[in-house]
Amino acid sequence: MGELSRTPLFDLHVALGAKMVPFAGYDMPVQYALGVMKEHLHCRAQAGLFDVSHMGQVILRGESYGAVAKAFETLVPMDVQGLGEARQRYGLFTNGGGGIEDDLMFANRGDHLFVVVNAACKDADIARMKAALEPAVTVEVIADRALIALQGPAAEAALARLNPAVAEMTFMDVATIELAGADCWVSRSGYTGEDGYEISVPDAQAEALAKALLDMDEVEPIGLGARDSLRLEAGLCLYGNDIDASTSPIEAGLIWAIQKVRRADGDRAGGFPGADRIFGDLAEGVARKRVGLVPQGRAPMRAGTQIFAAGEGGDPIGEVTSGGFGPTYEGPVAMGYVGAAQAAVGTELFGEVRGKRLPVTVAKMPLVPANFKR
Amino acid sequence: MKFTEEHEWLRVEGDVVVVGITDHASEQLGDVVFIELPEEGTEVTKDEEVCVIESVKAASDILAPLDGEIVEVNSPLVDEPGKVNDDPMVEAWFFKIKPSELSQMDDYMDEAAYKTFIG
Repeated sequence: MGELSRTPLFDLHVALGAKMVPFAGYDMPVQYALGVMKEHLHCRAQAGLFDVSHMGQVILRGESYGAVAKAFETLVPMDVQGLGEARQRYGLFTNGGGGIEDDLMFANRGDHLFVVVNAACKDADIARMKAALEPAVTVEVIADRALIALQGPAAEAALARLNPAVAEMTFMDVATIELAGADCWVSRSGYTGEDGYEISVPDAQAEALAKALLDMDEVEPIGLGARDSLRLEAGLCLYGNDIDASTSPIEAGLIWAIQKVRRADGDRAGGFPGADRIFGDLAEGVARKRVGLVPQGRAPMRAGTQIFAAGEGGDPIGEVTSGGFGPTYEGPVAMGYVGAAQAAVGTELFGEVRGKRLPVTVAKMPLVPANFKR
Repeated sequence: MKFTEEHEWLRVEGDVVVVGITDHASEQLGDVVFIELPEEGTEVTKDEEVCVIESVKAASDILAPLDGEIVEVNSPLVDEPGKVNDDPMVEAWFFKIKPSELSQMDDYMDEAAYKTFIG
């Protein structure tokens, strides 16, 4: 094991009494003094501040946004060219087998494409982009900016105190906005199911910005523990758990992320890795699907829990990929893959926990309704 | 009161021993969301898994610290697992065991030794 990396907010986390854990090569706060449960509930009720600086920030530049977008479309099955200026979209890097190499956010920032990728995948993602896009497109890794998320119903009121311009943004808008004296790249997005912002801020000014927000009554720092339960209730995938190199976007229920123009009958159909399998999955259906799962008892069903169609006998028909306790749901929540025949909402299945098959019901995701500012 | 290396406390109450987890264990676990208690009347052997306790982070087993019979369990905990965080040393006891060999208690640490153990 090499040395853990630290984000520009490391000292602040320690000063705030965070419990630090290794995550994707970084020393990251898993929880603060409030604890996972209260942090989760606070974020849904007011506003939570998350350090997500471990994620990869990359700028792609070429002759024009259009030229970069066209090149980027060879890596993702998304409509990049049609993305409006100052708008962001969710994306997926696919592989030749139609599996998912990573999920990401990309934004049209006028003369360039701004990409945010997962920490654990960033080295591979950067290598992939360089190999596929250079030299026509330059791949600039942004190593001198932190990334802070401010999430929750009070996020707008809190951030607007620093600059009222943020209140004008709607879900998935991006803008360059001055906050606490720093030139920030702000998007109205997040990964909690709540309204909020993700803010790319120069390293040197990150702590001052975080402190300015944390000084506000409605803002509490939130660790990775609550980040996980928030995104799980919101039905959002964790790369490596819920989607991976073998999962097709169709199995994962991410068809909504593939705009019509890139599908088999679209004007710019295919041209991304694994198009054959993904179009095949779309046309012929899939054998397994990602679903929400609600255990009927109190016992959480964690990742790896085998799912069965019956209370006794038979082979597993699925597996939990993320599971735990949902503080807002006030009970155990999970997601996972089950056979297509068992994927209808309301289907009653069984999860094997410590040798016992316990009832679990297929449920519509998100398990807690999203609260975005559309 | 005695303490195990598994962060359980044992308190003798007449001819039974009350078992729970320590403040330290409750802090380390984080918010407790699920508890599965043994059935009253179960005969257990030392180091056998008798309870499951799950926090927002992970599942852990509680081991029987002594040979004996489970004579009473703290059933209300099942509906209010958060009590393990609020009051682990008193209200949130898990079970009472009637030991077949009370001398097994001697293997365990006293409070001073436990404090040293957890640093």
